[in-house]
Amino acid sequence: MSIQVMLLQLGKGMIVSVEIFMLTLLFSLPLGLIVAFGRMSKNAVLRWITKVYISVMRGTPLMLQLLVVYFGPYYVFKIRIGSGYRFVAVIIAFAINYAAYFAEIYRSGIESMPVGQYEAAKVLGYGRAQTFFKIILPQVIKRILPSVTNEIITLVKDTSLAFAIAQAEMFTIAKQIAAAQTTIMPLMAAGVFYYIFNLIVATVMERVEKACSYYR
Amino acid sequence: MKLLEMNHVKKNFDGLEVLKDISLSVEEGEVVSIIGPSGSGKSTLLRCATLLEQMDSGQLLYLGEYAAKDEGGRCVYASKADLKRLQHCFGLVFQNFNLFPHYSVLKNITDSLLCVDKLPRQEAVERAEKLLAQLGLADKRDAYPYQLSGGQQQRVSIARALAKQPKLLFFDEPTSALDPELTVEVLKVIKQLAKEHMTMVIVTHEMQFAREVSDRIIFMEEGVIKEQGTPDELFGTDNERVREFIGHLSGK
Repeated sequence: MSIQVMLLQLGKGMIVSVEIFMLTLLFSLPLGLIVAFGRMSKNAVLRWITKVYISVMRGTPLMLQLLVVYFGPYYVFKIRIGSGYRFVAVIIAFAINYAAYFAEIYRSGIESMPVGQYEAAKVLGYGRAQTFFKIILPQVIKRILPSVTNEIITLVKDTSLAFAIAQAEMFTIAKQIAAAQTTIMPLMAAGVFYYIFNLIVATVMERVEKACSYYR
Repeated sequence: MKLLEMNHVKKNFDGLEVLKDISLSVEEGEVVSIIGPSGSGKSTLLRCATLLEQMDSGQLLYLGEYAAKDEGGRCVYASKADLKRLQHCFGLVFQNFNLFPHYSVLKNITDSLLCVDKLPRQEAVERAEKLLAQLGLADKRDAYPYQLSGGQQQRVSIARALAKQPKLLFFDEPTSALDPELTVEVLKVIKQLAKEHMTMVIVTHEMQFAREVSDRIIFMEEGVIKEQGTPDELFGTDNERVREFIGHLSGK
């Protein structure tokens, strides 16, 4: 197999990896905020449920969660799953796992806000939703950006876990080629791909942080 | 006309009685200062009046309308919509300013006018610019709070409160976070407002200022009003405790 063909194959896998990455962020970032609300709710039952959810998501391996989400419908409910479900399962597992981590990051940011901001907003007549989305959330986002960047960088590398249910993303393909051609090259190339991917992520996040630095 | 009326207000924090049966009313155009040692309940009283804290019992009225009624010793607040309307009567200036750090000076002032009071943008901006000019901050229009001195930040927060055109303005130790020089510049603004007959209730530790600006001074200690009267009455009182307190702070 020529280098061009190998890189082409890896490139195709890379696209799948990027898709997993993008879709996970798209779903887990808002979901995390909802979970954070549950975690901070006045309702004790809701608070307890979200606490257990976060605990389980953070306390068990993501690879195991992937298997449960993928095979669960068949083993538990005897539902026949089509081949299209594989990718869906990857996104579901990643989204609910990362939402748990993001929820705790949101919570730390929200709880670090001085109560005076809420009080000023209240006296000025802002409603609850207005206060949160106009006054609190923008400041929370600035505060939590470094932690979010950490998670996002981890996510780039975690996409390779989709290998566990044979989703054909970059790592899975790299390993297949390496085994078939008995060469380390595809694994090295995959490593370079992941590294560049994360370099881009880090640069973008740095830009975002800079964009938020117009105030203190 | 009574703008604010508080009757028999009581407030506990975890069994600690912070306010023990306080009654207070403020007439239109009146400037009332509240003085007293730390922990005397001055700020709690202000926070109850501004609905940041719920009273345990007692009544709260704005313009003769109930914000909270006493029903058999329990305090019952008016509906959310009514409270929101009554909230329009007053503004509050905080000790720590509590400006929104991610908004420019202009946006700090105009944002609630636009998204709460639904004023047209042009009117909101005009109102804000006029106030900024009055308070000597015209050139700070586009600055962010962190770029301003404490005194400037406090003046912006006064402008933000005034922009809502309240009938009554509360100040919670407005100069306690400022050094003496910056204190002077903020007190000057409040004195000017007093001259324009703005109704104000001011919790302060600045005795000389309270004496100059107030129509009435209230001395609070241990959750009760120990003494009240005109500045001359209070500064000439026979009450040992009040004399001692005032003496300490005015350095005599």
